[in-house]
Amino acid sequence: MSRITKEEVKHVANLARLEMDEAEVEKFTTQLDDIISMAEQLNELDTENVEPTTHVLDLKNVMREDKVQPWLTREEALKNAPDQANGQVKVPSIFE
Amino acid sequence: MNFETIIGLEVHSELKTNTKIFCNCSTNFGAPPNTNVCPICLGHPGVLPVMNEQAVDFAMRAAMALNCEIAEDTKFDRKNYFYPDNPKAYQISQYDKPIGENGWIDIEVNGKTKRIGITRLHLEEDAGKLTHVDGENHSLVDFNRQGTPLVEIVSEPDIRTPEEAYAYLEKLKAILQYTEVSDCKMEEGSLRCDANLSLRPYGQEEFGTKTELKNLNSFANVQKGLQYEEVRQEKELLAGNVIGQETRRYDEAGKKTILMRVKEGSDDYRYFPEPDLVRLAINKEWMDRVRADIPELPDARRERYVKEYDLPEYDAMVLTQSKKMSDFFEVAIGQGADPKQTSNWLMGEVSAYLNANYKEIDEVALTPEGLGKLISLIEKGTISSKIAKKVFKDLIEKGGDPEQIVKDKGLVQISDEGELRSIVSGILDENEQSIEDYKNGKDRAIGFLVGQVMKATKGKANPPMVNKLIVEEMDKR
Repeated sequence: MSRITKEEVKHVANLARLEMDEAEVEKFTTQLDDIISMAEQLNELDTENVEPTTHVLDLKNVMREDKVQPWLTREEALKNAPDQANGQVKVPSIFE
Repeated sequence: MNFETIIGLEVHSELKTNTKIFCNCSTNFGAPPNTNVCPICLGHPGVLPVMNEQAVDFAMRAAMALNCEIAEDTKFDRKNYFYPDNPKAYQISQYDKPIGENGWIDIEVNGKTKRIGITRLHLEEDAGKLTHVDGENHSLVDFNRQGTPLVEIVSEPDIRTPEEAYAYLEKLKAILQYTEVSDCKMEEGSLRCDANLSLRPYGQEEFGTKTELKNLNSFANVQKGLQYEEVRQEKELLAGNVIGQETRRYDEAGKKTILMRVKEGSDDYRYFPEPDLVRLAINKEWMDRVRADIPELPDARRERYVKEYDLPEYDAMVLTQSKKMSDFFEVAIGQGADPKQTSNWLMGEVSAYLNANYKEIDEVALTPEGLGKLISLIEKGTISSKIAKKVFKDLIEKGGDPEQIVKDKGLVQISDEGELRSIVSGILDENEQSIEDYKNGKDRAIGFLVGQVMKATKGKANPPMVNKLIVEEMDKR
């Protein structure tokens, strides 16, 4: 049985702003389905006495001091911007 | 009203840390665009966020002051969405393990106290600032604000009227300011509020469909927007229409709410645990350390003002609404000024000046020491309260030492009996008619004569003494 539908793939692609044609949707549905079944192998493990975790590292409370340290100049910061004006990043117009 | 109103408020408040939540960039407001940025807050590939300990402390302090339970185990999650003000295409926030939960604050509306529940308080990062240039087909992004630590505070659906919403916001702001975790300046965006409102027939258990109000730039507009929305929804429902799940904005000029967009289904943010940050374990020791930094909160201060200084309830409430005003009051009475007189000046002359000039108490030249001394000068009889108002104008506009101003301008009240008696005598000589009126039982004549003496002394004569002397002198004649 298929674990993921083409509709779900289209929905996720849309959320990620990815454009896909039908052939790609087909391809990725199969691939994602395979990935999910691989991950499903984990279900075979007995996790009865294992605490759930959200992180692979057994580290806690890694924090820094609240001290200012400049890093980039504005020129450097804007180098990767496709377009700029008045020291700001120029983007297609956004109304809200 | 056939329906019960249910209001929920979501408040975002920027924390007063020196640096951003995950990097060492400054959070300084008003810096030139894109000067407080780095590869971390700009979301460059391969960078790692590191938690700012002060931001966690502030969030805990705020949560404790709002009577929340503090999570002993808490974590961060990614909220995924595309928007140009969000360079990583996700916001690091908290989903299922907020720092604080199940809190409450007490509000007061029409003399009645009501407890409003707080569902949760969580820590997250702010986004950049988008500016749309009128008439242009592009927008501009400044990423200075990106990564500023925020707390989001969500209320339980306990609020029933727009007035309660206003009182809740005032109280919340006061607590955040007292605990010194945020500036709470709406005009600078360090405090922002979204409101939602729904109606349901009285007695119905489930909530009606709610509409969300955005872009509310003042507490007054939150209240007005909700008032409009309450009436609009009621009309729709009574006309047999269905309320749509919408986001609306409040139009200040038109005094109404305007549809921004219709929400289709629930937002799909695909939250998942943030792999770049490790979990936080908050133990008792950490909690105790943070709790020790919580100063006296507005309710406690208000109670103390009534008990300790004998102030009326109303005065105590008004003075403690803002921490700045309340701190000002305390320094002023520390100068030996009478608390009730100080309260009168702050709620009267001072507030009138501030309101008329759209200023805050820390934006004028008047110092609490100055006001305290001024009041002491009136109490000692050195100046009359009329003269005090003149000195006050100087103090609030230019600052300075009230004693020096009084001396330099020769404003010291004339309370010397001999000196006043001779002035009174002179005035009586010029106003024989008034003496006659007085003898014929017209008490108004005294008022006129006091006025004449005040005029002759440029307001410096001690009024009760003048009154007494006029009567004495006239009785002699």
